[in-house]
Amino acid sequence: MLEIKNLHVEVEGKKILDGLSLTVKAGEVAAIMGPNGSGKSTLSYVVAGREDYEVTAGEILLEGENILEMDASERAARGLFLAFQYPVEIPGVGTMTFLKSALNAQRKSRGEPELQTPELMKRVREAAKRLEISQDMLKRALNVGFSGGEKKRMEILQMALLEPKLAIMDETDSGLDIDALRIVAQGVNTLRAKERAFLVITHYQRLLNYIKPDTVHVMAAGRIVKTGGPELALELEKNGYRDYVSEAA
Amino acid sequence: MPAVRETVETVRSIDVDAYKYGFVTDIESDKAPKGLREDTVRFISAKKNEPAWLTEWRLDAYRRWLTMREPTWARVDYPPIAYQELYYYSAPKSTEGPRSLAEVDPELLRTYEKLGIPLREQEVLAGVQNARVAVDAVFDSVSVVTTFKEELAKAGVIFCPISEAVQNHPELVPKYLGSVVPVTDNFYATLNSAVFSDGSFVYIPPGVRCPMELSTYFRINEQNTGQFERTLIIADKGSYVSYLEGCTAPKRDENQLHAAVVELIALEDAEIKYSTVQNWYPGDAEGRGGIYNFVTKRGDCREARAKISWTQVETGSAITWKYPSCILRGDESRGEFYSIAISNGRQQVDSGTKMIHLGKNTTSRIISKGIAAGRSENTYRGQVSAHRRASGARNFTNCDSLLIGDRCGAHTVPYIEARNHSAVFEHEATTSKISEDQLFYCMQRGLSGEEATALIVNGFVRDVLQQLPMEFAVEAQKLIAVSLEGSVG
Repeated sequence: MLEIKNLHVEVEGKKILDGLSLTVKAGEVAAIMGPNGSGKSTLSYVVAGREDYEVTAGEILLEGENILEMDASERAARGLFLAFQYPVEIPGVGTMTFLKSALNAQRKSRGEPELQTPELMKRVREAAKRLEISQDMLKRALNVGFSGGEKKRMEILQMALLEPKLAIMDETDSGLDIDALRIVAQGVNTLRAKERAFLVITHYQRLLNYIKPDTVHVMAAGRIVKTGGPELALELEKNGYRDYVSEAA
Repeated sequence: MPAVRETVETVRSIDVDAYKYGFVTDIESDKAPKGLREDTVRFISAKKNEPAWLTEWRLDAYRRWLTMREPTWARVDYPPIAYQELYYYSAPKSTEGPRSLAEVDPELLRTYEKLGIPLREQEVLAGVQNARVAVDAVFDSVSVVTTFKEELAKAGVIFCPISEAVQNHPELVPKYLGSVVPVTDNFYATLNSAVFSDGSFVYIPPGVRCPMELSTYFRINEQNTGQFERTLIIADKGSYVSYLEGCTAPKRDENQLHAAVVELIALEDAEIKYSTVQNWYPGDAEGRGGIYNFVTKRGDCREARAKISWTQVETGSAITWKYPSCILRGDESRGEFYSIAISNGRQQVDSGTKMIHLGKNTTSRIISKGIAAGRSENTYRGQVSAHRRASGARNFTNCDSLLIGDRCGAHTVPYIEARNHSAVFEHEATTSKISEDQLFYCMQRGLSGEEATALIVNGFVRDVLQQLPMEFAVEAQKLIAVSLEGSVG
């Protein structure tokens, strides 16, 4: 599904990713864990196509196709979704309006017919119910005045609606209390499917109690330094990142 | 573009006799010589067969205009206008317009396409010669207008060209014309008073709620009144009217200078809602050939509890100089101004409002949203004043500017004068940029850069869009997206 080969990325002349390679297969849930400053968020932005990051070497392949030349919206239309660590407020734009615009923009660029409002409403309501998102929230402007937990749930709702092939979750657990974490994780688990891959980026092992990964990668100083099974997360929880950080440096 | 050609040919081939509707009447001889002299004014007045009082009124304006100078305080910059090189009365288009759509700026045609305007209508908007054939073919307006007029007549509403009102309503026109915007008001208004071509006249009798939105679309003979348009609307005691002006389609015009005057009069307990969508040709990428729009619009809440509300969506013109204002004369009267002004390319906008509180307990509200993109300059200029006797005057102003890119400018120039200690004026202003975070977020969800910008801007102007009548709002939303094209990346 996702193949990253020897990726080097700079921001304003400063090297952030330093020869990172990573493979995520369809149906796989891969976790990336790492200390602050290891380049986790940069990785998610670069894969999603944010500008201002200079890729100096390497490739990112989505289903075998190099996506580096595509802008963020083209990547989204090809099935790439990023659940933001800090979802952005869009004042004055109703949540439903936003959902409809986004979904139909993607469908349009894939050459599919637009989804009509009644069908859209139905799908949104179903997902909203699962995620305990109120009708009132759907009526408000997107993310404006939402609590941290509400914003994260809204990200998962969008994921459910857009049905991506690859979902990257950037520190989705940050700022969530235990109840919200459970709801969000449940939302994600419902979406697990054999044709869909997840890349779960997190600092803490906690989230992985709820979203069980198939593989765990440790990231430090801009590259993957160790790969293992779920047990690796537990080990990290116990021993911390110190060994990996000193090794990478 | 063979498809365009084909449609144009089809339109041509529709055998509509242009003369049947009395459109073409010896056009060449209807043209006054170039320049503006007393003779020109007399010629215009005579052509319209006007009563002596109006001829004198125009001449008075002309004489005063000679002593006036163009205002220079606005933040706009343009080469000097050679007033004596202009034509002030012409039945235009027969020799000046492009001969077919193939000769029209392709950018303009692309915009029409985006707005979903039928090809035949495009001809009319682009000012293609003899496109009137198409007007009839497209609008097939005669029957619509007739039904429409019957319904208005039943309600006692007068809605007609002002030239017709001058002839038919001597009890109304002399009483109200120039009573809100005096002949000497400002350079452009005075010029308009001397040479105004035509425009709308509306009178709503006491206690009548006008049964429909009045739109210039329904007024026949509205062609070619653009340059010096004059509109006069009177809402008598306890009446209500909503008036829509303009068109979302960018309209091309051979006349670069436009100086319209609009006067609104609301008597006791009356309400006037005036909505405008202005989308004149902004010029090419370098700003050449765009319209200069110098407009004077003012409403007078002449008696107690009158209410006047201006809503405008300004996206066109090379230069916009426009301040729809309210004189709050009657006690407890109310004025509102809701504005969206979008500038892109090389456009220059200097627009805002004046709320002049004269009566007691008068209230006003100003919501202005300016969006600057490209290399444009966008200025909000507003004045809120309370007269010495305007006790209890209240104003709330909210002025937000949004910048797209880093080569444009947004400016806010509020003037606030309170001569009465009980007046309460609030002013809020913000200037922001569309953030990279917002754009990236929207694009990550699948919206292109332009779609994302349009969505964010539509959110930004939502409070004002809500003030527009429904169909107008939907069109305006589309228009905003089109206006901002090319502003990203």
